[in-house]
This record gives sequence, C-alpha cells and structure tokens, in this order.
Amino acid sequence: MSATAVRERPTGPAARPPATTRASRPRISVRRHWRPFLLGAVVVLWLVLWAVLKGTQTLELGGAEKTDFHLWLNSVRDSFDAARSNSAVFEYVVQPLTDGLNGLVAFLQSLFSQPSALRPVPQVGWLGVVVLLAWLAFALAGVRSMLLVGACVLLFGFFGYWQQSIDTLVVTFVAVGLCAILGPPLGIWMARSRRVSAIISPVLDLMQTLPSFAYLAPLALVFGIGPAAAIVTTIIYSLPPLVRITEHGIRNVSPTTLEAVTSMGGTAWQTLTKVQLPMARRTIVVGINQCTMAALSMATIAALINGPGLGQPVLQSLQSLDVGSAFVSGLAIVLMAIMLDRTTTAASERSGIEARVARGTSAGGFRGPRARRVGVIAGAVIAAVAIYLSHNYLALAKFPASPDLGGPLGKAVSAATNWTVGTFSGFTGWLKDTITTLLVNPLESLLAQSPWWVMALVLLGIALALGGRRAAVAAAACEAVILGTGLWNESMKTLATTLVATLLVVVAAVVVGVWMGRSRLADAIIRPVLDAFQTIPSFVYLVPALALFGPTRFTAIVAALAYGVPIATKLVADGIRGVSPTTVEAAESMGTTGWQMVSKVQVPMSRAAVVLAANQGLLYVLSMVVVGGLVGGGGLGYLVVSGFSQGQLFGKGLAAGIAITALGIMLDRITQHAAARLGRA
Amino acid sequence: MTAPTLDPETSRRAARRADSIEPALKVEGLWKIFGAKADRIIGTPDEHLSRKELQSRTGCLAAVKDVSFEVAQGEVFVVMGLSGSGKSTLVRLLTRLIEPTAGTVRIDGEDVTQAGKAQLRALRRNHMAMVFQQFGLLPHRKVIDNVAYGLEVRGEPKAKRLARAQEMVDLVGLSGYEGSFPDQLSGGMQQRVGLARALAVDPQVLLFDEPFSALDPLIRRDMQNEVCRLHEEVGKTMVFITHDLQEALRLGDRILIMRDGEIVQIGTPAEVVANPADDYVRDFVSDVPRSHVLTLRYVVRPAHDGESLDGPVMQANQIVRDAARQVLASSLPVRVYDDDRFLGVVDDEDILRVVVAEEGA
Repeated sequence: MSATAVRERPTGPAARPPATTRASRPRISVRRHWRPFLLGAVVVLWLVLWAVLKGTQTLELGGAEKTDFHLWLNSVRDSFDAARSNSAVFEYVVQPLTDGLNGLVAFLQSLFSQPSALRPVPQVGWLGVVVLLAWLAFALAGVRSMLLVGACVLLFGFFGYWQQSIDTLVVTFVAVGLCAILGPPLGIWMARSRRVSAIISPVLDLMQTLPSFAYLAPLALVFGIGPAAAIVTTIIYSLPPLVRITEHGIRNVSPTTLEAVTSMGGTAWQTLTKVQLPMARRTIVVGINQCTMAALSMATIAALINGPGLGQPVLQSLQSLDVGSAFVSGLAIVLMAIMLDRTTTAASERSGIEARVARGTSAGGFRGPRARRVGVIAGAVIAAVAIYLSHNYLALAKFPASPDLGGPLGKAVSAATNWTVGTFSGFTGWLKDTITTLLVNPLESLLAQSPWWVMALVLLGIALALGGRRAAVAAAACEAVILGTGLWNESMKTLATTLVATLLVVVAAVVVGVWMGRSRLADAIIRPVLDAFQTIPSFVYLVPALALFGPTRFTAIVAALAYGVPIATKLVADGIRGVSPTTVEAAESMGTTGWQMVSKVQVPMSRAAVVLAANQGLLYVLSMVVVGGLVGGGGLGYLVVSGFSQGQLFGKGLAAGIAITALGIMLDRITQHAAARLGRA
Repeated sequence: MTAPTLDPETSRRAARRADSIEPALKVEGLWKIFGAKADRIIGTPDEHLSRKELQSRTGCLAAVKDVSFEVAQGEVFVVMGLSGSGKSTLVRLLTRLIEPTAGTVRIDGEDVTQAGKAQLRALRRNHMAMVFQQFGLLPHRKVIDNVAYGLEVRGEPKAKRLARAQEMVDLVGLSGYEGSFPDQLSGGMQQRVGLARALAVDPQVLLFDEPFSALDPLIRRDMQNEVCRLHEEVGKTMVFITHDLQEALRLGDRILIMRDGEIVQIGTPAEVVANPADDYVRDFVSDVPRSHVLTLRYVVRPAHDGESLDGPVMQANQIVRDAARQVLASSLPVRVYDDDRFLGVVDDEDILRVVVAEEGA
C-alpha cells in the first residue's frame, strides 16, 4: 500500500456519480455499430465504382516519365552539389562530419582490412584480427563466444570475403560505438523527464517506422555516397532501440528501491550512478545487442549508397541473379549476425545481477573471477604478439587463398538451386501463379485501376472505420503527400503487394502463434527458430526467395513473409499466453472445447495483440516489399533502386522514398489506432 | 543503550532528552491533497467536505486531512488504519518523499517542511531513516554494502562505514550473511537488512512503513520481537505504520487510528480498547482479547461498604491478564494504586467480567 492515494486515483470510475455512466452507455453502443456498417458500405461502393470506372484517372506514370516535382528534386540535388563548396553549413558542419566519419572508417580499414598507399596489406594482418576479435569476445562474454567468433571470422576468410567482412565489422562497430555514446545519455534523460520523453518518443517512432530504403537517398544527398552516409543511415536505424531500452531499464528500477534511496538523502547523481545504472545495466546491454543487430542489418543495405562491406557482393549478385555468390556472401552475413548476437547476448547475461551474484559469492577456484582476470591478461599478451607477427610476416597478413570454401559452395548452391527449380518448378510455379492470380492481380487491379479519387476516399473511409477520426486525418495527410510525389499509381501497386503479404503474414502468425501460445512444447521448439530468423539482416532474405521464384513480385512477397512472420507470430503467441489463466480455468470448468477456447476466449481476449502483430507485420512487410524492388518487385522500391543507379532518375527515386514513407506512416497510424481502440474496448 | 550506537552525538542527545521537553517529532495541521490546484482547497469551506464529496466536486483526493500529533523522545508511535486511510502517505509526508500540501513537520525542532533541497538531504541523511514494506534493497549490492549505503551517500570513509555496517549486521542477527546478495535471503532476513540499513545512519527517528506486511505470520512475530528488542537496546523514537491492530497493540506506546485521511483517535493501547472514540474504532477493537490489553486502571472500582481493604497491593498499569492469577489466588479484593494514590479495588468477579465479556463478543 505504498503511496496508495496516488495509485488509487486513476481507478476512479466507481466513485464517479452514476449519472455519467448511464448517459455514456448508449453512445458507445451506437459507435460500435456504425463502424462495420461504414466499412461494408465503403467496400461495396468501391467495387461498384471500380467496375464502372476501371482504368480511368489512375495517374499512371511511365518508366522514364518525370513530373515537375521530380525534376525539381533533381535540381535540388544539383544545388546541393553546388552548395557543398560554398555554403557555411556545409563547410563547417556537414563537411567536417563527413570527413571525420570517412577518415575514421578509412583509418580503421587501413588498420584491419585494406591495403594502403604505403603497404600492400593492412597494418594488422588476418592472424592479428582473428586473435584480437577472439580475445574481445572472451573478455566481454566468455570462452564459448571466443570459440564462436574465432571460427566465424576464419570462415569469412575461407568464403573469400575477408576484406568485405572486416569492412562490415568496421562500419558496424563505428556505428554501434557512436550509438553507445549517444544512446544511453538520451535514454537516461528521457527516463528522468516526462517532457523530454514526450518530445523525443515520436521522433524515435518515426525513425523506426520509416522503411530504411526511404532515407538512403536524402542522406546520400547530404553526406555524399560512401562510408559517412552509410554510418549515419546505420545510426538512424539502430539508435532508437538502444535509447528506448535504456529508458525502459532506468524507468523500471523498482520504485520502492528508489524511494528508499531518496529517503536516505542520496543526490540525483548518486542515485543514478550507484542505483539506477547498476540496476539497469543488464537491460542496457540488451539494448546494445538490439542496436548491434539493427546496425549490421542496415550496414549491409547501405551498400546501395556505396557503404563498404558484405552488402556489396550480395547486391551485385542479386542484380546479376547469381544465386550461388549471393548465397555465399549472404551466408557470411548470417554467420556474422549469429556471432554478434550470441556474443552480445552472452555479454548481457554476464552483466545480469544473477550472474554477478553467482560470481560474487563463488570463492574463486578455476572458474572464479581471479582465474578469469589472469585469462584476460594472458589473452591480451597473445593478441599483442599475434598483431606484431601479422604486421611483419606476409603469410600472416594476407588471408590465404586456399582452402577456398566460397567458390565450391557457390557452385554447389547454384547447382542445387538449378536442380530444385528444375525439379519443383511445377510446384513453385503453381504456388506463384495461384497466389499471383488469386490474390495479387485482383487486388492490384482493384487498387491501381480505380480512379485515384475513388481510392483516396476508400482509404479515408477504411481509416475512419478501423482507426477513428485521428487515423483518418493522418491518412488524408499521407494521401496528399503521395499525390504530391506524382507516384500515386506506383504507390497503389506497392500497397497491393504489401497488403497481400501482410494478409499472409497475419494468417501464418495467428495459426502458429495460437499454437505456440497454447502449447509450451511448440513454443519451446518454434521460438528459437523465430529468434534466429529475426537476427538475420533483412537483405539476406531475398537470396533464397530469388533462388526459388526468380525475379518477380512474388519473390518480394515471399521474402517479406520470411521477414515479417517471426515478429508477428511472437506477438500473437505472447498475447495468447497473456490471457489470464484464471479466465482460461473458469472457461474450462464450464466444459469449453479446445476450439471454443481458442475462438471464444483466447483470440478475442488477445485481439489487441493480434492487431499489434498486424501493425508490426505491415511495417516489416512494407520495408521488405520495397527492398524487393531489387529483384523485380516493381512499384516504389524499383524506382528507389533506379534512382541510385541513374542520375536523371534521382528525383523520381527520392520521390518514391517520400511516397514509401507516407505509405508507411498511413498504414502505421491506421493499425495503431485500431489496436488502441480494440485494446480499450 | 548498548555500545554499537553510543557515539558522542547520541549521548549528547540522550542528555538533552532528559532535560528538555522538546518532542522528537511534531506534526501540525498536515494536509495532502492529490490533484490539480489542490493547494487552493485548504482554507475554503471545501476543506470540511468528506473525502468522497471532495473528489466528486473537485476531482481532488484528500489523502491526509489536517493531521496533528507529537511523538515524545524514545516513544514508539503507531499509526494504524486500513488500506486507503492515508497512513502510508502520512509517513512519506514526514520525510517529504511526498510533498505536503500544507502544515509543518518538525524533527527535533528542525522544520522539515521549510527545508531547502540541501537541508532536506542533510535531514534525510542524518536525522531519520525509513524501513519499507517491500524492503527496497539494492539487488546488485551485498548485504554489507546495502547496510553501508546511507553512510556512503553522506560521504563517510570506506573503512569507517564498513565497520559500522558490520556492527549493524551483527545487531540485527545477520552475522555471516554480510557477503550475500539480497536475492539469496528469505523475506524476513531481507527486512533485517532493511532494518540494519536504517539503524546504520544512527537517526533520531526511525520510520516504518508496514515493514512486516509482506512477511508470513510466524516471521512477522519474530520481527516484531526484534523491533521490541532493538527498541530496548537503542531506544530510538519510532513511527510505525501498520494495518494490523495486533501489531499496533503489541508495539505501540501510543496508537493513532486513521480513517479516510483523518485522525479518529490517539491513545495508549488500553485507552483505545477501553474507550473507543466511535463505532469505527469499536468495531476494530471488538476482536481484541481485552484482558491482554486493558490495565487494572480500567477495571478498578470503588470499594463497597464493608469490603475488606487488607488485600494485596497492585499497580494500576498492570495488564489484566498478568494480574489475573494473583487476583484470583487472593481471597480478599486486590487494592489498586497509581503510584501512592489509592484508586480502588479489584476482585475475582471484576477480572472474570473482562475475560468472559471477550468470550461473548
């Protein structure tokens, strides 16, 4: 009953005079009725208008056609390029930042991965790098992580991607390092001040909602293509989780403990350093883990703006449809993801209070803290020796060309793919055609062939019915932006693909999620698989999808499924699991069958989780559908990609990025408001 | 007074206690109203509204309403009420963990309510310490470092604070556990750590916010005995919050009963049981075994004419239960004295009436 009075206040309705309750009841029931009615009316009207007006006023724009807006963006780029040399902002802010980041990356590259003008090999050779990374893993996490890291780094070399792998690590480390400097202070500040939190939270929301594809072009415009832009993009993408998790960790320090500490007269600084930070340490390291995984994912995509690293070979082989090479470089990224994830997870477990408790009370011995300290120091000496040797001996500096695992593996995968495609082409082709003709084509025709004003009104009506007035306002604003970009038709095509993929994601998530939520065994088996899928950078999903289905819209849908299903499934499973066991027990005591339990108790009670899963699924799918532009996905993603490669299409690509953003925000707002409404009801 | 807490400061205070009549804690007209513009309610006719009316009219919640009391040096003062009565808010107002809306709190003559930030911190560091229901220990620190925390924040050198913390760990009977982490201890032991932490700073006033509610009944009894023992050993002034009447009667020199943020009654355990201020308190104390609480003072009656006045002599502050055997064993009525003043007599029937009445209740 600590601070009872404060907590009791929000539960006031019982104390409120009954008159208001009675008055508001009929209004609520009316509100519930008109929404499905509106939705039905909108759909019927839409179908009628589509049938009558199909193909008119669709605002279609040919491949090379450009609107004034696109040309204007082109000219903006040109003036940016011109301003680079004679604007104060560029000269004193952007340029030093760009040079600093580029210089830092170049310095680390000359140290670890790339030959410099003075040396044909980097300063530290492969042996030094391997031992150094293994030692870092040992010092931060433990013996198992050390072995994993050593093995993975060697495999990068044997795959034939030594230099690109180390480049990726350099970019990831620089980005994570900067995030670690920026993120925790920001998170702490947000945790201490509700106002700061209220201001920064929406910014983080936006950073997380934006499909990463959308802000590549504007950043390249400011920072030029290359490492600097790659690092800034990566930070934008990977900073929000760290900030949020830090804030959460600091906020979640037990209020009783804080009260106790305050009652003893600690200063704010003492409370922060002696209580809040130590208690939130584990959580903050989890934030570093999330941040690292996001950074790796983005660092590979940044290959599109010439970021160095493993993204380059993946991108090249995707564009030349070379599945074998794409697979090998993709595999290197996956290995790197696993290595970073396991190491940072082990580090966070080590920093947990339980682990510290166990260490603090174990009395030394072989595994005790002292033995470990000796091991870390010995490791440092070994690493120093390895670095020295690899600096001086060519054989230890240049990664050996043999044994070459990458070449044969690539060939084998190509052969296997050819065989699979040849053998199962009947099935894969049938699957592709069925879904394309039954779902994708009709929906795309419905969305993209309707006159634009019909579509605009339909979307507004749906937003109003599902999400309420505020969602409708957001939808209207986003529609205006999309119209302004001149890419309405392309946006509707992308929307159609996104909706199909999301539908499939939600169906899969509900089926698997309900199963997981009801069966501990299923959960124990499936959850690690989903976790593994989530650690893989999004880029890599395109490879197997491309291998099986060739360059089509459907490939993007399959990749989007693989990307979106894990998160959505976990949300549904947690929602089902979160249904009060008492309620389940009560329902069971009344003789409910298994199916009734699912359909009448568990799913209805976790519908907010299902809608949230749809929301997350949508955003993940959208970002993947857009990336699918690389492998024939068409729509906005294709425009973004061609904007990078062809100078005169830059403006159109940038406009496509803006349209993607608007589309993402519109979908996010509608589903968020719908989730909030359902959560309340 | 035992050795561990005897430092010059304490003995000086002990001396002052003897010759001054300054109360350890003095609370006057203390208010806490939660809600927007809460401070504007005090002084208007609205302040007399009941809690419910006030909430429906202004949306504000009066958690503590115009509370005044004094706690003498070395006294154990218990605040009792059901959940929602405002007792936890009250104890937090005393150290301004919650800011009071109006009123003053003085600890040893120092005004807590007027203190600036630094002064308040100094007061918290040196003059009062609190024990919490959910313990509020630091899970990442060993027991000894938890106990030393209060000394650490006020900047005592490491060797000194660890020595002091060790003394406190020994005092609360946790010797041998100083290297453990809180998670490794049972609830009762964790609360002993909380107790040691509060004692370590050698405060004038110890505040307890339902410290034993989270413990199971047997451990709770144990801890109550522990508090009694510590009070005898260190003689601190204590303000003890509880919702458990038995606990209040066991520990309290005086009891303050709260309801809806207001004081219903202040008195010694016997006063409260013998003369409940209203039906609310009467209802509360109806289950109390009266013979365990009442003293002879509440049973004594004038001698009848011709009644023998040669029986044994007993003091008025004797608890009935303790006196019963002697009274029943004596063939003559027992004479009851308050020091040297003759109050009257008590015979077998008077004692049995107290015992039997509670059976019937």
